[in-house]
Amino acid sequence: MKLQLARRYRFSASHRLHSEQFGEEENQRLYGKCNNPYGHGHNYVVEVAVSGPVDPATGMIANLADLDAFVDREVIEPFDHKYLNEELAEFQKCVPTTENICIEIFNRLRRFPRARLERVRVEETGLNSFEYQGESTGAAHD
Amino acid sequence: MVYLTRKMEFSASHLYHNPAFSAEENRRVFGKCNNPHGHGHNYVLEVTVAGEPDPATGMVLDLKELKEIMQREVSDRMDHRFLNYEVPELAGQIPTCENIAAVIWRLLEPKITRGHLNRVRLYETPDLFVDCYGEGNGAHANGGAR
Repeated sequence: MKLQLARRYRFSASHRLHSEQFGEEENQRLYGKCNNPYGHGHNYVVEVAVSGPVDPATGMIANLADLDAFVDREVIEPFDHKYLNEELAEFQKCVPTTENICIEIFNRLRRFPRARLERVRVEETGLNSFEYQGESTGAAHD
Repeated sequence: MVYLTRKMEFSASHLYHNPAFSAEENRRVFGKCNNPHGHGHNYVLEVTVAGEPDPATGMVLDLKELKEIMQREVSDRMDHRFLNYEVPELAGQIPTCENIAAVIWRLLEPKITRGHLNRVRLYETPDLFVDCYGEGNGAHANGGAR
């Protein structure tokens, strides 16, 4: 039997989808209103799943207080109420689509010392979400 | 392969306390979950069964049968109970979401006779849940169940 513990977190941030590799017209065509010059915001939900043996002394894969503190420090604190394009170094190199946000969050959280990071799912709105499981475990089944 | 998921809710109370720890240690590790009189949650259980639909019925497993199994094995044992004291399967364990999900897996797995149990997902709150898979299944084998 294999167990995964999953926890949902929230942050709110703004972004603008604009690629330096395209001209103004192409950006507008590709990204539509997501390319509007001053950006716009979302309430993001981040679902983080970790796995590992259950410690018989605590009944836990990882203590939620440890996971919450780590996610807060690595993701919520740096992302919440920020303009992602301007305030995070990573998104000066790539477009802050939710795909790239999801990968960036995964890479930050894979250093969690107390359990193995299985996946990160980011909901940009209630109607769309993106999931990343790292490179090595990518498309296992399905 | 088709993945069929049935949802159920039950409400129960619990507390986290390890008798091998001192009072301070229990407090430090478990925080307010260690409050002595316990506290409760509305648990949401999602059970996923995988299998091929029977050509005669078009079903992997009759939903009514799955509902009855979940009712009998989980709800009748756990609904409106204090999990630490009233569920023998959890005796000697801290009734965390991890341990409850594992108990539910062990209760349901032998009862699913058509298809096979693919995943048990137990929500303790809308923001905290545990997924349980069998040994044969990789962590990502939940296919269409999401």
